[in-house]
Amino acid sequence: MILQVENPVVEVHDLTVSYDRKPVLWGIDLTLPAGALVGVIGPNGAGKSTLIKAMMDLLPVGSGYVRIFDKPIDEVRNRISYVPQRESVDWDFPASVFDVVLMGSYGKLGLFKRPRKADKDAAMEALQKVGMQAYADRQISQLSGGQQQRVFLARALAQNADIYFMDEPFAGVDIATETAIIELLRTMREQGKTVIVVHHDLQSATEYFDWVVLLNMRLVASGPTEQILTQELLEQTYGGKLTVLTKVGELLRKQEFPSREA
Amino acid sequence: MNAFWIILTGSLVATCCSLLGCYLILRRMAMVGDAISHAVLPGIVIAFLFTGSRDSVPMLIGAGLLGVLTTFLIEFFHRYARVQADASIGVTFTWLFAIGIILISVFAGQVDLDQDCVLYGEIAYVPLDLWITEGGLSLGPGTVWTLGFVTILIILFITFGYKELFLTAFDPAFAAAIGISTTAWYYSLMTAVSLTTVASFESVGAILVVALLVAPPATAYLLTDKFKSMLLISVLAGIIASVAGYYLAVWIDGSIAGAIATVTGIEFTLAFLFSPTRGILLKRKQLQPVQH
Repeated sequence: MILQVENPVVEVHDLTVSYDRKPVLWGIDLTLPAGALVGVIGPNGAGKSTLIKAMMDLLPVGSGYVRIFDKPIDEVRNRISYVPQRESVDWDFPASVFDVVLMGSYGKLGLFKRPRKADKDAAMEALQKVGMQAYADRQISQLSGGQQQRVFLARALAQNADIYFMDEPFAGVDIATETAIIELLRTMREQGKTVIVVHHDLQSATEYFDWVVLLNMRLVASGPTEQILTQELLEQTYGGKLTVLTKVGELLRKQEFPSREA
Repeated sequence: MNAFWIILTGSLVATCCSLLGCYLILRRMAMVGDAISHAVLPGIVIAFLFTGSRDSVPMLIGAGLLGVLTTFLIEFFHRYARVQADASIGVTFTWLFAIGIILISVFAGQVDLDQDCVLYGEIAYVPLDLWITEGGLSLGPGTVWTLGFVTILIILFITFGYKELFLTAFDPAFAAAIGISTTAWYYSLMTAVSLTTVASFESVGAILVVALLVAPPATAYLLTDKFKSMLLISVLAGIIASVAGYYLAVWIDGSIAGAIATVTGIEFTLAFLFSPTRGILLKRKQLQPVQH
């Protein structure tokens, strides 16, 4: 079941991506609504990270195209932000927390310009939003995993973009950080931002997202969470891993999709 | 006066190399610096064959092109032939360097270059090669002028490209996502390394450029957690090595370039032993994050 929307913020058309001639994503066709918290869900190796990287044109694409805000991506780069996987950078890099968050302003500044006071204030404010203002001068190698994730999030917030791509922001963080992050994402949604999150935990997915994309190399489903996270579609996505699925199925039945907390 | 010119030459080479080296080691590409410093040789020889002089400008251009070609080939073999990055580096630069050596030996009669000079340099001869105007005024060694020009270029490059160079070294994926061209900055950095290498090869030689590209930045990395301080400490370490290296060479009556590189090694060892944050002897107890 693949639902399309009118006036999408992201439109992916017939997207195919291969690594080394081996296809990782096949003929993806999807549209995402504005102001939604979107979860990209699927098993390991399903191409979840590849999909969001391809959406941002960070990878060579075999065929197809992506439009964001109905424009080619290079025209809207300054409205896009990205939270890469935490492990993708070297945390021993000689930089402070504030240095990293300030990077959020680099895209808008353009060539040769240095961050001004307004940019520094925005960076500090972003740190406050993730509860890390006390760590501004801390060397990044001294942070815990959850704190690293908050710093990455603060960097994206400092950018004040309209659409955010996040690669596994909940991976390996403590429960306090997870709660803080999801609260933040909900606030962002209320401000009309679109947030696309690669996620691997099915149990929290029902609660976190209002739109879900199920992926396993091909697009299995895309639509509002209640219609998509069904036993049948999950089985299609995850294949025959029944034990896990039955457990999730039971969980879904028990919860009966409680209406989201306001 | 000779001592002054030699130390100034060494310090200029050290400044360029130490600054660019910081970016190379943080990108885990120190060995690419090594590769470029060797692979520019055919560029130097070809430029020489075309112009018939040891004029700096054609050599800078020839070597600059070869340097970019080297980085391109390394990327190419790594990405498309799927060879490991270090194997790709090893194949590319030894091959290009070998071509340079063959060119020198074949055209030995026409080329006023020899392998020893290229490999080890001879900083002691720098004061002999004076730039004398038509009016007979001596403006000091030509090498110093070339190096001074390259040093200014490198400092301008790092000043104006500071935030892009910083970001693309730390998190290239994020840089690309927000519209900063990682490829353009990568090749600009590699061009800068090529220019530095070729401007330095006459004085310290291809092999010892590597010492100055890697050792002072590695020393600075051990001594600070701030990137700007790392750049400054690295330059300072490079200049100290030039001065101390010169007097060491005079004292033991040995090779100046060798002595400079030796001092960079001593500096690194001292930092490794006595760094307040990372040194093995004086390391502070790591701060443990408080659990809430």
